[in-house]
Amino acid sequence: MAPKKKSFDPVKTLEEIESKFEMFQILDQDGKVVNEDYLPELSDDELVELMRRMVWTRVLDQRSISLNRQGRLGFYAPTAGQEASQLASQYALEGEDYILPGYRDVPQLIWHGLPLTQAFLFSRGHFKGNQFPEGVNALSPQIIIGAQYVQTAGVALGIKKRGKDAVAITYTGDGGTSQGDFYEGINFASAYKAPAIFVIQNNNYAISTPRELQTAAKTLAQKGIASGVPSVLVDGMDPLAVYKVTKDARDRAVAGEGPTVIEMMCYRYGPHTMAGDDPTRYRTSDEDSDWEKKDPLVRFRLYLEEKNLWSEDKENEVMEQAKEDVKKAIKEADNTEKQSVTQLMEIMYDEMPSNLKEQYEVYKEKESK
Amino acid sequence: MAQMTMIQAITDAMATELRNDENVLVFGEDVGVNGGVFRATEGLQKEFGDERVFDTPLAESGLASMGLGLAVEGFRPVVEIQFFGFVFEAMDGIAGQIARHRYRSGGSKEMPVVIRAPFGGGVHTPELHADSLEGLMAQSPGLKVVIPSNPVDAKGLLIEAIRSNDPVVFLEHMKLYRSFREDVPEEEYTVEIGKANVKREGDDITLIAYGAMVQEAIKAADALAEEDVSAEVIDLRTVSPIDYDTLIKSVEKTNRAVVIQEAQRQAGVASNVAAELSERAILSLEAPIMRVTAPDTVYSFTQAEGVWLPNKDDIIERAKQVLDF
Repeated sequence: MAPKKKSFDPVKTLEEIESKFEMFQILDQDGKVVNEDYLPELSDDELVELMRRMVWTRVLDQRSISLNRQGRLGFYAPTAGQEASQLASQYALEGEDYILPGYRDVPQLIWHGLPLTQAFLFSRGHFKGNQFPEGVNALSPQIIIGAQYVQTAGVALGIKKRGKDAVAITYTGDGGTSQGDFYEGINFASAYKAPAIFVIQNNNYAISTPRELQTAAKTLAQKGIASGVPSVLVDGMDPLAVYKVTKDARDRAVAGEGPTVIEMMCYRYGPHTMAGDDPTRYRTSDEDSDWEKKDPLVRFRLYLEEKNLWSEDKENEVMEQAKEDVKKAIKEADNTEKQSVTQLMEIMYDEMPSNLKEQYEVYKEKESK
Repeated sequence: MAQMTMIQAITDAMATELRNDENVLVFGEDVGVNGGVFRATEGLQKEFGDERVFDTPLAESGLASMGLGLAVEGFRPVVEIQFFGFVFEAMDGIAGQIARHRYRSGGSKEMPVVIRAPFGGGVHTPELHADSLEGLMAQSPGLKVVIPSNPVDAKGLLIEAIRSNDPVVFLEHMKLYRSFREDVPEEEYTVEIGKANVKREGDDITLIAYGAMVQEAIKAADALAEEDVSAEVIDLRTVSPIDYDTLIKSVEKTNRAVVIQEAQRQAGVASNVAAELSERAILSLEAPIMRVTAPDTVYSFTQAEGVWLPNKDDIIERAKQVLDF
């Protein structure tokens, strides 16, 4: 007897969906345009500005690592390798758009208007780092992985209810897509057709855990499909592709077409954070150098040099400027009054409750010792 | 005997039980190849293989409920939550599910899960990495909550926790991980959960502490001794259940007590200890029981943690208030 036929073929459906996710790219790793039709409408000045930001941020990362080693910065999650996914996506935003970052996403905040001094204060664990100036539409970097995803659905729904021409954008990593919050966030935004952009910076490792151990799914982008959210996979080391995809997602959102999930393939060259992580325990140097060949700065530099828009002199100038900016900001951070426990008591509630009022006097005295 | 830090003793306890019982599993974020972010599981995957010691997808709620599921299938999961501040993600899994499993099955089903996690302040971690949340756990019926203060206790208590047929939350103070070494027996042994330890005998006042505060209490007792005050120091070791017999016996002798916790003041373990002693030993007390705690704010941003955290001097000051009452 012939074997009974199965009622359905779920594997076929899965394979069909997974095969649809090809990585979108505009610039290859040699800086050559491979997708002419999708080149974003950016003027020469705008292209140069994006490069300037990436170079500046690479220097900031190098300086932050060395300041951390000298004990002059606190908590720090290195960003080198992720300049395109971070900065080219932020570059596609408008000032009124709201950013909900993870803790590696400080550069987006800086380019969204957060003074560098405050970024340093955040690193030092000073509450003034989290007092964002008026008009910087963003929350402080989220510590709990993925928690910002559901909050983004909420901010986006609020934006929609207010009728603003804006979006809420959030960032998590490959590890973050395993959290319940990830699924809740994209599903809520989908259910309400809220103007949200959910970025997954897939840098292949959640601390030491490789992407393959997070999920059997072939791509992380496809996770959006189950919630009915249009989703796309993009080369996260390609600034033009990241910009284009984010811009299109923003246009969709503002037009009332709902959220988008964007998986950006990228890599962090450094450790997870500066608090003792040693990537040589879980990555090979071959893998590191393969990714370094895809570097966003290298390919964008080649592209701009070809167009006569960038030069070594220009790059040195930006690097010097970045070093100056860092020096100035760290000095300002040094000059900021050290925070006290009584100040922390003052920021707990709108009005200080009775238990804290009693304790306030006790700690005033303890601080004066 | 071997000289071990507390974290080495913890690794040793897990290795001991992985060897003793094939149903023991160790899993969590980065516990495999990386050996955990603090290296508490260093070498375990290599020795016992990735079927028994394994990395998980990144989801604390998932970790807790995976623990429950594997226990249903007869395993004895030892689950690591990378930092206990992340437990809010896992609260339903732990307090809403694991803690109630036996009760919910009419007492017919066991739930031998251990939730291990580093916690505690003083090591300049970012937000949600240092919080003392044992009070939340102690207020969840069905759980036992253990907090070792030294390497010897850590090994014996963790082995006992893994062998427990009820769920145990096992909290490891980060500051104690590598702050000192002591002789730890290399063979297996257990320390009873729910038994306090008299760390130092004294006649004039009882200092009751747990976790990293035990060290501060001992330092305070040293300082008080120079002023001819004989302080008894008791390490609770387990904050749920609490060993009131040992505490009452001490207070009947000293007639005075200070309870010390690193956690915030309101609704904590120290309040509970003070209330129970008031109820059970009021006639032995010659002064109110006082507490040394952190203030009622979120764990402080790092620059202020030196003032925020209770210390030896705070304990001495309170002890004198109690003595001079």
